[in-house]
Amino acid sequence: MGYTITEKILLRHTDKKAISAGEFIMAAVDLCLANDITAPFAIKEAERHGLKKVFDNKKIALIPDHFTPNKDINSANQCRMVKDFAKKYNIRHYYEVGRMGIEHALLPELGLIMPGNLVIGADSHTCTYGALGAFSSGVGSTDLAGIYLTGKVWLKVPESIKFIFRGKLKKWVGGKDLILHTIKNIGVEGANYKAMEFTGEVIKSLPMDDRFSMCNMAIEAGGKSGIIEPDEITLEYIRKVTSKKYLFLKSDSDASYSDVKEYDCSSLEPQVALPHLPSNVKPVSECKNINIDQAVIGSCTNGRISDLRAAAKIIKGNKVNSRVRLIVIPATQAIYLQALKEGLIEIFVKAGGVFSTPTCGPCLGGHMGILAKGERAISTTNRNFVGRMGHPESEVYLSNPAVAAASAIKGRIAHPGEVKG
Amino acid sequence: MIKGMAHIFKDNVNTDDIIAAKYLNTTDPAILGSHCMETLDPTFVKRVKPGDIVVAGKNFGCGSSREHAPVALKGCGIRCVIAKSFARIFFRNSINTGLLILESKDAPDDISEGDELEIELEKGRIRNITKGRVYIAAAFPKFMQEIVNAGGLLNYLKKE
Repeated sequence: MGYTITEKILLRHTDKKAISAGEFIMAAVDLCLANDITAPFAIKEAERHGLKKVFDNKKIALIPDHFTPNKDINSANQCRMVKDFAKKYNIRHYYEVGRMGIEHALLPELGLIMPGNLVIGADSHTCTYGALGAFSSGVGSTDLAGIYLTGKVWLKVPESIKFIFRGKLKKWVGGKDLILHTIKNIGVEGANYKAMEFTGEVIKSLPMDDRFSMCNMAIEAGGKSGIIEPDEITLEYIRKVTSKKYLFLKSDSDASYSDVKEYDCSSLEPQVALPHLPSNVKPVSECKNINIDQAVIGSCTNGRISDLRAAAKIIKGNKVNSRVRLIVIPATQAIYLQALKEGLIEIFVKAGGVFSTPTCGPCLGGHMGILAKGERAISTTNRNFVGRMGHPESEVYLSNPAVAAASAIKGRIAHPGEVKG
Repeated sequence: MIKGMAHIFKDNVNTDDIIAAKYLNTTDPAILGSHCMETLDPTFVKRVKPGDIVVAGKNFGCGSSREHAPVALKGCGIRCVIAKSFARIFFRNSINTGLLILESKDAPDDISEGDELEIELEKGRIRNITKGRVYIAAAFPKFMQEIVNAGGLLNYLKKE
């Protein structure tokens, strides 16, 4: 029996000769990461257990991105603790505001994630890096403290589910819609403990930014990881960001899967996840007369340059509805600068929107766009749980950037075609 | 032996329900505990007595990786969570931090709010004193049992 790409990567990070799904392994970590929310717990735990020296100061990333620029004194103190730790242990990959970006957009952009890597992060959306053909998974702070001390993590080798996407995507449909459709189909625990392997002709021609969006939301189906076999599109991306050697692994033709799902995507419309679960998904045409108070375009799911371009294409020459706040947040400083060069910022500002510094901010109800009681937002983020973006009686609808932009103009959830044919 | 009163919750209780993100600017277990389950039930924390047990449906702890979730549950006095299933990261965070968790397909449907429960962890036996019934929870894999026995992940790693 052959191996899946996930099994191949995991095997290479152990001293074993063979592994199989369900087995517990201790695996060596190529890169571990934490943010201003999760790092403080990890630091406290590691130091409480006698940390004198980290396993490798070049394999630890610390990215204060959640409540930054610091939203209050407690948040500032947490960021300060992370900064002091980075200094004390000479952590190479620490990013202060101004060089910081949302972790899952920033690290690939800096060339720190390579195909075939094993990446562990104290953040649930660490699964994003599967888009580059790496194994990556989210854990908690104590696991991270364990990695600081030993460089290793315990993992149960996951079974894989293969998702085959067939057909040709319609205009305004992308990675976000594919993953929302998938979560709707299998449910919020449909892939619990499993690796989600995305393949098929749609994926083979899908741009990198869309691949990141898909793998990013594997966790919303309970997935341990999402992964896409690296190909020419992956190679083009990594050649732009690094000259490091790369390892392209592929699943064997006789690899074993716990399930195989096939979707014909040719007639797929843009999708919207209604409150209060990411699986509560409907095509945008079925979301009628849903007025909104706020539209958020950003996050580790959809704050990349192609997301901003898609939104700007809709917004250009239009005005944001007078009842709506449009908040656009580039995921990193490099994306910010690119948006500036391309004139995208001007488009958003002239239309009556705001353009923010990179932050996770509103996605998790931190700052930069909190909802009042009874308010409703459409957002390109990843979770629409009760109270996620503010008051427990507010609502979040999840969509792709073009839908969020069209909705900002119409003042209600709208298909991009209603604004731009 | 663990003994406490049952507090019932539904399917898909997420980590934002357990502890909302607005409270993640602290790592203090007492502060986190004082806001536990606030969105779902603002009276919950006031009703919990030390040693009590949360009983929930499937996919408990889905969502973010915040370890603040098991810490908040412990912080408000919850000793153990019984659920039909657990989301992956919450499961490992609980094992790593010493919040007791038990998986049982039938117990959550049978237990009512306020039932008195008694748990023998080694045997995975849940006794419902109020109703006079016994349920058996799924056994932990040996590897995880070793982490639990060591008193959490970091103690386990030190022993290795």
